[in-house]
Amino acid sequence: MSTVTVQLFASYAEAFGAPQLEVALDPGSTVGDLVRRIRSLPASASLPPSPRVAVNRKFASADKLIGSTDEIALIPPVAGG
Amino acid sequence: MKRSAVVTRVIDPTPLIAEVKSNEIGAISVFLGTVRDTNDGQSVTALDYSAYTSMAESELSDIVDEAETRFGIHSIIVEHRVGELSLGEVSVAIVTAHQHRQPAIDCAGFVIDEIKKRVPIWKREHYADGSRVWVDPTRRSGATPT
Repeated sequence: MSTVTVQLFASYAEAFGAPQLEVALDPGSTVGDLVRRIRSLPASASLPPSPRVAVNRKFASADKLIGSTDEIALIPPVAGG
Repeated sequence: MKRSAVVTRVIDPTPLIAEVKSNEIGAISVFLGTVRDTNDGQSVTALDYSAYTSMAESELSDIVDEAETRFGIHSIIVEHRVGELSLGEVSVAIVTAHQHRQPAIDCAGFVIDEIKKRVPIWKREHYADGSRVWVDPTRRSGATPT
């Protein structure tokens, strides 16, 4: 088991009351595993079923493996422009 | 000239137009997104934008590269502002230049559409009653695009 830091922004940071989360993951975990772990937290009730995740500043699919040094962020629906 | 950035200062399109001007081009297209006073029937008094800046700048750079390839345009400037903006202020500027008008116009349209899909920037509307709400385009019906 290792711990990864997940950056939070905008509405997600408000939902969790913090700019980041520490999430414990088993070795070999994927983005999908991370999302399931986050979805199990009470503060995630307002999140969509499959929130977008970025790994190393790129959108990542659910099957992407997470490395211990990866930069991970949970991305709320974007609203630029 | 090809560049993109997330900025915290006022966006002035005039110097951006000057940057792409040359004797080789025959068309400059300028798109400006501005802060309007109503959205979904609510009276808006201001907006604040925030970003995952490093990723936003990476995505903007990718979009500009894709636009260059797709439209054969080598002069593209994109600036997106973050922070608190008042009504009427410019939130995003896209300036494109080409020998002919259609690629310049189409390129600007492509860039703003892609920004709205994939650049991690968020906006919070400030309403006249003092409340503030993060805009979620995926939950809106009949929302009017910027």
